[in-house]
Amino acid sequence: MTASRVETATAHTLSLRVDEWNGHLPGQHIDVRLTAPDGYQAVRSYSLAAPALDGVIEITVQRLPGGEVSGFLTDTAMVGDQFEIRGPLGNWFVWDQDDPSPVLLVAGGSGVVPLMSMIRARDRADIQTPLHLIHSVRTPQDRIYGDELTRLAARAGGPSVTWLYTRTAPPTETRPPGRLRRDDLDDGSTWTSGATPICFVCGPTGFVEEAANHLLASGHPADRIRTERFGGR
Amino acid sequence: MSEHRDGNALAGPLAEIFTVEATTAQVRCRACGLSTMLAQLVVYGPEPGLVARCPGCTEHVIRVATTPAGTWLDLGGATSFHFTSTATRAISP
Repeated sequence: MTASRVETATAHTLSLRVDEWNGHLPGQHIDVRLTAPDGYQAVRSYSLAAPALDGVIEITVQRLPGGEVSGFLTDTAMVGDQFEIRGPLGNWFVWDQDDPSPVLLVAGGSGVVPLMSMIRARDRADIQTPLHLIHSVRTPQDRIYGDELTRLAARAGGPSVTWLYTRTAPPTETRPPGRLRRDDLDDGSTWTSGATPICFVCGPTGFVEEAANHLLASGHPADRIRTERFGGR
Repeated sequence: MSEHRDGNALAGPLAEIFTVEATTAQVRCRACGLSTMLAQLVVYGPEPGLVARCPGCTEHVIRVATTPAGTWLDLGGATSFHFTSTATRAISP
């Protein structure tokens, strides 16, 4: 581990230098394996948050209540520590940068991590594919990557970014705080080409099921919706 | 973890066993015949092992458990795996 950065009160980004890392696709994850002195092992999956840079990869870890691995990675791990990792993993929840279809990204909480990898890959490759991120968070303080997303969205050709607040909204927000509704995802303003978007939905299982059902009800074809559920509530 | 995840979580354990990326394979459920992208199976775990269930009928399709002595892979709930050309793509670019 070469660096640890605080993103929110409960989420940290860890930079990991990996020998012989040959790159990865936006949306892929790694498995991290921790071994206790008594031999007890725990394996957890974490999404890669950005394209690799000089052999360094990034994961963003949300501390879960009672989470034995997430708690260690966010609170105990120090620069210089070594972890066993396996990856890059998964070819289903990945964005193909050569696909010209508009991209609709829907995230609940730390489900934004693999989607940020897509946004950063698009930015670094200077790709102009229309992309819209809808990120559901509890409060403004829970906006992981909030500053960077605001900066990218302000740029010509940047992604469009919408935050939805479930508990507390900033004073300027006109939408009352609340859980995801179907019309929250009914935003056709980004899609000028008329092409069918490819949708990526990631978050807690209940959120992903709700969002995917809203997208289906709004007419998105099932084979254009890709989902990744990380459990929890 | 109180709620289930999905078949994306099987990518790592199955990468130890298969030489091709498995989560983009189409898996047919033995119980109901539904064919599903492996990534979209309903997965419980990780302890004591990962159990992947059919999203149609909830019967178990795949079970993977790693013990100090090795790894158990139970494919008894599936009749077939279809590895499409996208599934055989290299795992990394």
